[in-house]
This record gives sequence, C-alpha cells and structure tokens, in this order.
Amino acid sequence: MKTLSLIASGAAVLFSTMAFADSHADVDPAVTARQAHMQLYAHNLGILGGMAQGKIDYNPEMAQTAADNFLALANISQATYWPEGTAEGTKAKPEIWDNMDDFMSKADDLAFEAEAMADAAGTDLASLQGAMQGLGGTCSACHREYRIRDN
Amino acid sequence: MRKRGLALGVGVAVALYVTAPQNLDPEFLLDPTTGSLLAGDATRGALAFAAAGCGSCHGAEDTQALAGGNAFVSDFGTFYAPNISSDADHGIGGWTVYEIANAMLAGVSPNGAHYYPAFPYTTYSKMTPQDAVDIIAHLRALPADATPSRDHDVGFPFNIRRSLGGWKFLFASDDWIVTEVPSPEHERGRYLVEALGHCAECHTPRNLLGGLKTDQWLRGAPNPSGDGTIPSIHPDDLGWSAQDIAIYLDSGFTPDFDTVGGEMVNVVENTSKLPDSDRAAIAAYLVVLD
Ligand code: HEC
Ligand code: HEC
Ligand code: HEC
Repeated sequence: MKTLSLIASGAAVLFSTMAFADSHADVDPAVTARQAHMQLYAHNLGILGGMAQGKIDYNPEMAQTAADNFLALANISQATYWPEGTAEGTKAKPEIWDNMDDFMSKADDLAFEAEAMADAAGTDLASLQGAMQGLGGTCSACHREYRIRDN
Repeated sequence: MRKRGLALGVGVAVALYVTAPQNLDPEFLLDPTTGSLLAGDATRGALAFAAAGCGSCHGAEDTQALAGGNAFVSDFGTFYAPNISSDADHGIGGWTVYEIANAMLAGVSPNGAHYYPAFPYTTYSKMTPQDAVDIIAHLRALPADATPSRDHDVGFPFNIRRSLGGWKFLFASDDWIVTEVPSPEHERGRYLVEALGHCAECHTPRNLLGGLKTDQWLRGAPNPSGDGTIPSIHPDDLGWSAQDIAIYLDSGFTPDFDTVGGEMVNVVENTSKLPDSDRAAIAAYLVVLD
C-alpha cells in the first residue's frame, strides 16, 4: 500500500512537472497574439480615455490617430486567434468554444463602435466623450461572458 | 435523570429559539412623528434599487422585468432568484409593504420561513426605513411578469429552511465592520458598501459554513461559480486612487484602460446610475480600509 501510494505520488509529481514544462514550452502563438492585440486596444483606448477623463489635454490630431489605430485593430479578423483547446492557462473561458458565433458577434460590435469613435474623436472633446461609453461597453460585454479573472 | 431532561429541554428550547424566524419590528417602517407607515418615493427608490443591485439578480437578461430565473451556484447548491415583479400570482404584487420589507431586511417569508442567504438580506438588514419603503414603491411601479419562480436545487440538510435560523444566529449581524467613520462622506460610503451594495458578498472569503470571514474584509475570494477568483479591493492589494475607483464604478475602465468583466459588469451598470457623490463615497470608504 505504502509503496503503491509512493509510486502514485511520484507519478503525480512527474505529471505535474510535465504539465508545468508544457505550459511554458508550448504557449500557442495565437494566445500571445490575441493577448497582445488586447493590449493594443488598451493602449489606444488609454489615449482616448485619458482625454475623455481630463487626465490628458484634448488634442484633435492625437485623438484622431488613436481612434484610427483603434479602428484598424478592430477590423483585424479575430478568426485565427482562438483555436480550440487554448483556454487552459489563459483567461479565456472555455464557453467561448461553445458559443463561437456569439463571441465573434461581440468582436463585431466592437468594430461597429470603433467606427463611431473614429467619426467622433477628432471633432471635439464632447463628441469623443460621447463615443467612449459605447466603445468601453463592447469590451465589458465580452469580458463579462468570456473572460475569467484569476487573481 | 431529571437534570438531564431539563438540560435537554433547555437545549431544544434554545435550538427552537435560534432557528425560529425573527421578524422585522413593524415599528421600523413607521414615521416616528405621525405613527403611520412611511411614504415611499419611487424615483428615489430607483436609485436605492440600483445601489442595492436587486435587478442584477432578479432581472431577466432580455426584458429587464423582475421575472427572476438567474442561477447562483454555491457550495450548498444552486439557487434561482424568484420572480419579484408586481404580478399577483407569480410575483409579489399581492404582498404588503411590511411583508416585502420583512423579506428584504429580516430574510423571513410571508408564511414565516427563512430565506437562504443567497438573497443578501443579511446586509440589507442595515438599510434605512426610508430606503426600504422607497425601493418597495419603485418595485410596485415596475411591470408585472407571469413567469413562475423556479425551485432551488439544494440537497439535504440545506433544503430544511428551519436550519437556516442557526446560520442567521451565527452570522447575521447588525454591526458595522468599519466602526470609525470620520466624515459624512465616509459614513455614506460605508452604508453603500456594507448595507446596500453587498460588495463583501463577493469580495470577502467565506468559512466552511458559508459565513463571511470578516477579518479578511474585501480581501478577495474564490469565485463560487468555480471560475477563477474575485479580486481583493483592499487598498493593500488594489493600489488604486479614490478617483480611479470612482471612474471604474462609473465607466468600467481600469486605470490602465482594461475594462471590467465577469459579474462585476452588472455591479458597474448599477453604480453608474448613482450620483457622482455616491461613487466618491464608496471610493473614500475603500481607500482607507484597515
Ligand atoms: C470578443 C470578446 C472580447 C472583446 C470585444 C474584447 N476583449 Fe479583451 N479579452 C477577451 C478575452 C477572452 C481575454 C482573455 C484572453 C486570454 O487570456 O488569452 C481578453 C483579455 C484582455 C486583456 C488582457 C490581455 C493580456 O495581456 O492577458 C486586456 C487588457 C483586454 N482584454 C482589453 C480589452 C479592451 C480594452 C477591449 C475593448 C476595446 C477588449 N478587451 C475587447 C475578450 C474580448
Ligand atoms: C445576489 C442576488 C440577489 C440580490 C442582489 C437580491 N436578491 Fe432577492 N432573492 C435572491 C434569491 C436567491 C432569493 C430566494 C431566496 C430563497 O428562496 O430562500 C431572493 C428572494 C427575494 C424575495 C422573496 C420572493 C419570494 O417569492 O419569496 C424578495 C421579495 C426579494 N428577493 C427582493 C429583493 C430586493 C427588493 C432586492 C434589492 C434590495 C433583492 N431581492 C436583491 C437573490 C437576490
Ligand atoms: C456579484 C459579485 C460582485 C459584487 C456584488 C461586487 N463585485 Fe466587485 N468585482 C467582482 C468581480 C468578479 C470582479 C473582477 C472583474 C474583472 O476584472 O473581470 C470585481 C472587481 C472589482 C473592482 C476592480 C478590482 C480589480 O483589481 O480590477 C473593484 C474596485 C470592485 N470590484 C469594487 C466593488 C464594489 C465597490 C462593490 C460594491 C458596490 C462590488 N465590487 C461588488 C464581483 C463583485
């Protein structure tokens, strides 16, 4: 009995180190890409949002550049970012793969609001502020259903 | 022998006492000067209703009617929020103001049963009488919906509502967690966080019996749904300024322009309806927590 459980725990250690090694060696490049893409959203949103919140002075050219970048990003197809089996070890919820159509439609909603932001950002501060909530709402609508929080 | 019988009798009496529902004092809802029932205001009630987050649990996703149906997974089973619309048969349209307040603040149903603490009456018990009658006025102004309430999936012994009395006896408390409130803003923040907003129900870890570990107040917890964790919002861990918190509760943007996710999206939907002063009050409370 004792040896058996020892062997079993040895096997468990072996498996867990294998899993650990695995998770480092083989991060799917699609995972790196989608997370970087999200960071690019946040970066450009930071410029627009910083102005909207009065943390940075409003500058129509800079706002337009950020909004154009954002629109370009939002129009990049997400299709290759979410291969099956890439939830493990990431913050993507497995439910994404049961509801891929809904998930992709949430990405489309974002592109739609990004269009509105690109029309508004260079006009004046009030227009930028008006487009901010709709844009942020599309991020959280997806994060609500499909992203795990783990700290 | 007789002594043991007596001890047993006392034990049973104590058990029956702690498990018997304690109703809300009917005087609580009376205007102290006139002695009649306080008048509720539905417009004010809409704000208190948002601060208390009733719609996040009882609201149907598509129609926003208070038809219930949302599921709450816990270690003790799955609870479904009931229909609390003004429908006379399937909702609470036929209940008196006192009956609704007794449910909301004391966790006792019109036929005298305990409610499960998945319904956060343990925090609403600190609600002011005026907010209670205002919320009820608001509830009554919302449309009726005839969707039947769904039965909970709860196994023995947690399906015995009587046993919840012991739980209430152990964990329900009218004491504030933060006892020192140096300013009216801080006091308002405490009321919004500890009473109406029931923030701790998610953000504070629980013991084996499901009671909140108040010594780890708002320091984060596993997500009862099994997916990930609920973050700490204690200043030691969060590190956001009061302004950062107020902006997040309004817009859902974090200071680095990520956005809110998970169950917190519903909370932000509610806090975004409150006046700026209320979001500032919540933030003022959070940034100085011990
Ligand atoms: C269609 C769904 C969807 C939309 C729309 C979306 N996100 Fe995300 N986001 C996710 C998912 C899923 C993850 C987790 C990805 C992972 O861990 O692999 C994520 C992760 C992130 C991260 C963390 C990335 C990292 O480094 O781990 C940030 C930041 C972020 N999103 C910002 C945004 C912002 C800002 C927007 C709106 C402009 C947005 N997201 C819109 C689904 C979405
Ligand atoms: C976290 C989710 C949650 C929130 C927030 C919440 N409730 Fe509930 N509520 C429940 C659940 C679950 C029950 C069922 C409890 C039971 O059956 O023991 C319930 C029961 C009730 C009942 C009794 C209904 C009946 O048919 O017996 C009333 C009335 C009620 N809630 C009103 C409210 C009001 C008003 C608010 C806001 C002040 C509110 N609830 C906030 C989850 C919630
Ligand atoms: C129904 C559960 C629930 C309730 C109730 C709740 N929260 Fe949260 N809260 C969460 C979750 C889940 C997150 C993580 C959101 C994310 O990043 O996806 C969170 C995140 C936060 C954050 C951001 C923390 C961070 O590190 O990103 C703050 C601030 C916060 N909550 C404050 C509050 C306040 C104030 C209340 C009460 C008014 C409250 N919460 C009530 C579940 C809840």
